[in-house]
This record gives sequence, structure tokens and C-alpha cells, in this order.
Amino acid sequence: MAGIPHDHYEPKTGFEKWLHTRLPVVALAYDTLMIPTPKNLNWMWIWGIVLAFCLVLQIITGIVLAMHYTPHVSMAFDSVEHIMRDVNGGWALRYIHANGGSLFFFAVYIHIFRGLYYGSYKAPREITWIIGMLIYLAMMATGFLGYVLPWGQMSFWGATVITGLFGAIPGIGPIIQEWLLGGPAVDNATLNRFFSLHYLIPFVIVGLVAVHIWAFHTTGNSNPTGVEVRRKSKAEANKDTVPFWPYFVIKDLFALVLILVIFMAVVGFMPNYLGHPDNYIPANPLVTPAHIVPEWYYLPFYAILRAITFDVLFLDAKFLGVLLMFGSIGVMALAPWLDTSPVRSGRYRPAFKWYFLILVIDFIVLMWCGSRPAEGLVPTISLIGSIYWFGYFLVILPVLGFTEKTKAVPETIEADFDAHYPPKSK
Amino acid sequence: MMKKTLLTALIALGLGIGGNATVALASGGEQHIEDFDFSFEGPFGKYDPIQLQRGLKVYTEVCAACHGLRHVAFRTLADEGGPGFTPEQVKAYAAGFDIYNAELDEDLPGKPSDKFPRSALSNAPDLSLMAKARAGFHGPNGLGINQFIKGMGGTEYIASILTGFTGEEKEQAGTTFYENKAFPGGWIAMAPPLEDEQVEFDDGHKNDVEHMAKDVSAFLMWTAEPKMMARKRVGLLSVLFLGLFTVLLYLTNKKIWAPIKRKDA
Repeated sequence: MAGIPHDHYEPKTGFEKWLHTRLPVVALAYDTLMIPTPKNLNWMWIWGIVLAFCLVLQIITGIVLAMHYTPHVSMAFDSVEHIMRDVNGGWALRYIHANGGSLFFFAVYIHIFRGLYYGSYKAPREITWIIGMLIYLAMMATGFLGYVLPWGQMSFWGATVITGLFGAIPGIGPIIQEWLLGGPAVDNATLNRFFSLHYLIPFVIVGLVAVHIWAFHTTGNSNPTGVEVRRKSKAEANKDTVPFWPYFVIKDLFALVLILVIFMAVVGFMPNYLGHPDNYIPANPLVTPAHIVPEWYYLPFYAILRAITFDVLFLDAKFLGVLLMFGSIGVMALAPWLDTSPVRSGRYRPAFKWYFLILVIDFIVLMWCGSRPAEGLVPTISLIGSIYWFGYFLVILPVLGFTEKTKAVPETIEADFDAHYPPKSK
Repeated sequence: MMKKTLLTALIALGLGIGGNATVALASGGEQHIEDFDFSFEGPFGKYDPIQLQRGLKVYTEVCAACHGLRHVAFRTLADEGGPGFTPEQVKAYAAGFDIYNAELDEDLPGKPSDKFPRSALSNAPDLSLMAKARAGFHGPNGLGINQFIKGMGGTEYIASILTGFTGEEKEQAGTTFYENKAFPGGWIAMAPPLEDEQVEFDDGHKNDVEHMAKDVSAFLMWTAEPKMMARKRVGLLSVLFLGLFTVLLYLTNKKIWAPIKRKDA
């Protein structure tokens, strides 16, 4: 598909022409920055910039932290305290990095749910969606690996529980688990490889993000109406779009800085709120914490993991839980093919709206379930929540496309925009 | 409507559930954590250097008999935002400890660059990070609201332990346990460490158990978070600067979009 027609970079001076024929890097930057962007994008479209910022923030703070950190079981915990006490601004680096992870996941969840509500995943943006899911998985891996590095009690026991999931695979599980750990249990080899991979995967994410952006710059941004930008001619496209610079750069920056106000308030005034006190206790393989919980951003999937408490046929409960946990992200990745509705945006789908709202509530309830000990009503609620999660993608999305009576979709983006901001009568 | 619901829900999720901590108590005892007031609470709260000095005195004369502070260097007692020792005071204080020197294989008088000794008793935990390794406040129901309002409660937890002994004792497998209202499970292996008027303060400050407990808890917050003053200052400056920047960007954004949204004059 050809991109949206717009003005391209024209080298003017002699040097520009010389450079352009050898390396069209200015053209790349120009076309990226000036890309025509639907002018009706709402505030839910700012999270991409927040995420890009988070990635850069985490890499920069992470690289400096790595200069002072020692990946060894007998020194890791103390080296983190060394960062907190003796390294200039070390406390700021660490608290920003730790809470930066939370901001990263907070933003990615809104970004994903925005895509789910406005049908951003639908053709022709399936590749963008799939790459996005891969980025999300890579983020989950990076976050988990990073949480192990301070070598506190939750680090150690979280690593033990999560690598144990792979051990639940029938037959080859224990071999895979030992291979991941570099030995029979979580130990120095584990810490070293986790540190290495925690440093590596963010750069894989950078690559995936580049492809993610490339893909949606090819298809054009999705937008709240789900109506495509008209692209027969430049004049028509210009009625539906404005260039990314300055309109959306400034808008996104405004939103980003506002979010950073809250972020820096958390870092400055309550930096340990989202953390776990047990992780200020050095890892001790002989003492199991009363209640092992992952970081808040894994909780919904942790709840799905624990939802299955019974064996089914020849599959035991633990392995089923693992399958369901990975499957829950798998079905989300398949949304472009499971959603049969010809209407892209949830705005014009009256029934879909409710099912989507329940999905969001379901996600939050599952998150709560994941944070609670698996006793009382929690396993039952987790099971119901898990069933709805799968039901939404595997049943509701496919069926709704046939049964739902959708509302009229605006003709063009321009028409939708004009409805909000009427042209002046002359 | 949907957008707002989604946003509110996600914010609630971000602020609420994440804050949940070790909610499950080992043996489910009814824990009572007293919400003591501390000078360093809230975004503008500050350590009281005099209180930290009193707390250090309680630590030195009482806690140090069994517990250690292995992450804390003597020199940091003179750091900004701490007990405010002079370098001479640090030297004199450090010299009061015998610090093992591995190269010479002997104990030498402590120097400012040395760290506090480790715990003398194997079952007495190191106290450097205790104020951050415990949460006094939980819930309700894992929602993290109490921690959002009252703080994590590490210092309150320590002070509550020190003031929470009921006087009951029991023998179990050759060990004596002491009943404590603040300890998970209700029985702690530590004997009540403080009694009224145990530590004399130079300024004649009250030295009943509760006052000493609060002072030493404040001191342990400082050992756990020695950079808290710098952190809050940076936090406040960042919020103010970014807040101003937000306003400017808001106005810029409004102006840029005005012609597009036909809101220009």
C-alpha cells in the first residue's frame, strides 16, 4: 500500500543534494516527522510517545545503573545499596528506573486497550498489532529479568516461581528449566544470565519499535472513527490530516510532560509505593516469603496462571495454567482475525462497547486476584475472569460481527472533525 | 464516556492495586500498628536532626548489642539531611567501635570510612533497611489505599513493635517468645528491649519507651533512606518545573491548533 500522499523532502543546496544521493537520511527524518496524521486523534493516541520516552529513559538510566551494579549473588544486593547511598544521584537513577518500569507498563496497557477499543488492530494494521504484541512480550521478559537483579527476597522467589512455570511443561520441562537457570536452582549463573539478557532485550525492543513505527507509517495511523484517510490526491488527504510536526509533537509533548509531573511526584514522594518491602531483604534460599507476588503489571496474567486448580484429562493444573497464561496473550494477538465486524471503531458499535467495558473491568479484577493469596473466593473469581478474557476474544469478537447492529460511520475524517469543530459560516 | 471510564479505571488500577504489599501474615494474627506521627511524613516532611541523634543514641546503647547496620558508613552521619554530626563527632563516634580488619586479621578502632558492625547475634536481622523492608499498613483488601494515604508504615511498624509488648511470655522448643501486638503471629523472639528512662538524652528529652521507640524508628528510617531529603527536594523541584512546562506546552498546543479547530479569532 502506498502511503498517504504528502510533500516529500527536496534537497536544495549543493551539499543537501550531495548527501541525499548518497544517504537520504534527511529525507527519512523529514518524512517521518511530517507524516500526515489524522487530525481527529484524541488523547488516547498520546501513549505511543509516552512509551517511546519510557524506552529511552529506561535504557539511559539502566546503562548508568549497570556501571555501578555487580551481578553476583554475594554482591548484587549490596551493590544496589551502594548505588542508593554512595553513587552521586544513584538513588534518583534507581528510583526512576524502577518506577519508570511501572510507567512503561501503565502506558502500554492503555495503549493496548486503546487499540482494542478503536479496532486499531484490524486490516491493514495486523502487522503493527503483532509487532506490538511482541514488544509487549519482550517488555514482560525484560521487566521480570530486571526485578531479579536487586537480589532481594521477591527477586529470588519470583525467579524461582516463574522459571518453575517452564518446569511444568510435560517431559522436557525440567530440562528447559535447568537450561534457563544455568543449574538446578536459582543461583549465581541465573543472576548472571538474567543481567546479560536484561541488558540485551531492550535493544531488541528498540528494533521492534522501529518496525512497529515503520508499519503504521506505511498504513497511516488509525483514528477514533476508524475511517481511513482519503488518499486519492494530496488535496483530499490534506483535508483529513495535519502533519505530525508541529501539531501532534506539541500535543504529545504536552501530555507527556503532564504525565511526568505525576511520575516525578511518585519518584520524589513515594518511590517504594509500587514496590514490595520484601525486596529490601537480601535473597535467602532458606526462607520463603509468606506470599510471593509478582510486580503489579504481571498480576492479571498471574491470576490466569493460578486460575486452573484442577487437572483436565492428561494435563495437570500447573501446565494448563501456564498454557492459559501464554494463551491469554496469544488470543489477544489474534484479535485482527477473530474480530469479524466490518466496523473498525468501537465508537459505532453499541453492543461491543459494553463487552469491551467488561473486558477492562475483567482485567482490573484479575489484577486484584493476582495480588491476593489464592484462597477463599479468589480462585473462583480468577477462573470466571479468565473465562471472560478468552470468551471475549474467542466467542464475543467473532460472533458480534454478525449479530451487532452498528451505528452509521462518518463518511470521512473531515466530516467527523467538522462535526466537533464546525467551520465558520462566512 | 467510555474513554473516561477506561481512564479512571486504569488510573485506579495503577494507583491502587500496585501498592499492595505483604498482606498475608504468616500466621494470621491480629496485628496492631499504631499510626505514630513522624516529622518526615508527607511530601514536605523533613528529618529532625536532633531526633535522629537521639535515635542513634538509643541504637548505640540498646539495639547495637545484637543488631547491625552493615550498609551504613559512619561518615554518612555527617551527610546533609541526616543526624548532622560534625566530622570530629563522626571520628569520635566511629572510634567507639571495634571494626574487624581482614588484611591485618585484627580488630581496630573504627574510622569514619568504616561501616557500622554487622549483627552480633545471628538471628537478629540487620537494621539498615528495616524501615523499608517492613510495611506497617496494608489494604484494605489489597487495594493499597492505606499505604497511599498513610505511607508504607515501616517506621510505624518498628515503633509499634518496640511499644507493642504485652508482658506475656511463652517457652517453645527451648526458646522464649514474647507476646507483641504488632508482630505478625503475635509472638516474637526478641525480648522487650526498651524500658522507661533506659537512655539519658543530653537535652533532657523525654525518655519513656514510646519516645525512645519513636526516636530510634526515625533514626532507622534515615539509615534505610539517607537521601530522603534530597529526594523530596528533587521531587518538588521536578514537579514545579514540569508543571510550569506543562502550562507552557498547553498554551502552545492550544495556539497551534486554534486555526485547525477554527477557534482562532
